[in-house]
Amino acid sequence: MNPLVQLAAEEAENPLIPPIPELVIGLIAFVIVFGFLAKKLLPNINKVLEERREAIEGGIEKADAAQTEAQSVLEQYKAQLAEARHEAARLRQEAQEQGAVILQEMRAEGQRQREEIVAAGHAQIEADRKAAASALRQDVGKLATDLAGKLVGESLEDHARQSGTVDRFLDELEAKAEAVR
Amino acid sequence: MSADPTQVLAFETDCHIFDGCGFPAPGLHSFLFEPLWGDADSNLYFNKTMLLALLGSVIIVGFFWAAFRKPKLVPGKLQMVAEAGYDFVRRGIVYETIGKKDGEKYVPLMVSLFFVIWMMNLWSIIPVAQFPVTAIISYPAALAGIVYILWVVLTFKKHGFVGAFKNFTGYDKSLGGVLPLSMTIEFFSNLLVRPFTHAVRLFANMFAGHTLLLLFTIASWYLLNGIGFAYAGVSFVMVIVMTAFELFIQAVQAYVFVLLACSYVQGALAKGH
Repeated sequence: MNPLVQLAAEEAENPLIPPIPELVIGLIAFVIVFGFLAKKLLPNINKVLEERREAIEGGIEKADAAQTEAQSVLEQYKAQLAEARHEAARLRQEAQEQGAVILQEMRAEGQRQREEIVAAGHAQIEADRKAAASALRQDVGKLATDLAGKLVGESLEDHARQSGTVDRFLDELEAKAEAVR
Repeated sequence: MSADPTQVLAFETDCHIFDGCGFPAPGLHSFLFEPLWGDADSNLYFNKTMLLALLGSVIIVGFFWAAFRKPKLVPGKLQMVAEAGYDFVRRGIVYETIGKKDGEKYVPLMVSLFFVIWMMNLWSIIPVAQFPVTAIISYPAALAGIVYILWVVLTFKKHGFVGAFKNFTGYDKSLGGVLPLSMTIEFFSNLLVRPFTHAVRLFANMFAGHTLLLLFTIASWYLLNGIGFAYAGVSFVMVIVMTAFELFIQAVQAYVFVLLACSYVQGALAKGH
């Protein structure tokens, strides 16, 4: 029989009955660990974990703030851009309207000038015609009386002028011409 | 008594199959240690398991001391590993069972329990030590005792004397006539059986695991003779497999022990049944 088996035979007892010294050492072993962890080491790491959590959340908050700011700036820019577009459109519209008015005015002016020129031309022509007609009338009268005088042998000029024969004749001629027309 | 207290191996080394000596099977004697100091009869001694238990505590404290003494916001490798272990117990066990608000107070206790038990279990496969401290009933009993006392005290504090009694016995009017029977069973189950099973669950697992490892290790050695060599190889493969399995079981048992401790505390804090 080997000594270990012998030992077992002598000392083997119920393994569920706890030997007291081991029990005490077990408690001591636990208390050592618990003491260090609970009093010093875990509070240490908890503090750091909390700090880390705050650092991360702080970072997130910062990022949020930056995003909000960027958003507001973007909106501002968009608003400004829209305003600028609106303004440009308005200016264009105005310019178009002004251009149209100017064009209108220039057209009216041109028309007016044209009419003036035409009217002046007409007046001139009328005046010339009248002058020509009166000159012609005088000349025709004079020629007719001269011719008649030569035929009659005496000067009828003064007489004709006095009596207005020539003018009457010419008026009758004109009246006839009118009637024919 | 001829046993040598400094003997490391749990069996005779000069015994092989076909040598005419029987198989030195592991047994209860494998869990008995001659004192390194003192006298076994006087209850004043110091043996291998005590050494391993205290050494384990020193290792745990040393590890966490190195990791958490000056913790940094951006953790180094060691701190990261320690934080992972700490967080596993804190979030994975305590917050899950007790809840964050009530559980915070018990985190140091549960973390200590977990690592003490795990370390004691781990000794099983650490070369030279190679003995799970928790396979001696005293150690699980001490730890289960702490949890038990905490649970009883908490229950009385939370519910008062009558409330605690109702809590222990699972008092529920709707049970009617079965109530006395149910209360008796619950009373025994909670107050007497529960601490026992709490300790024995851990003890028995480690005891059995160590016995299996011993069996295959001794067999590997014992079979090294003649045709036995082939069987020794198979046995040795089993040693490796069982070692890996034990590594897993050690962590699982530590986890289960702490999980149960948490659920007991949670039961004490919960509103009456």
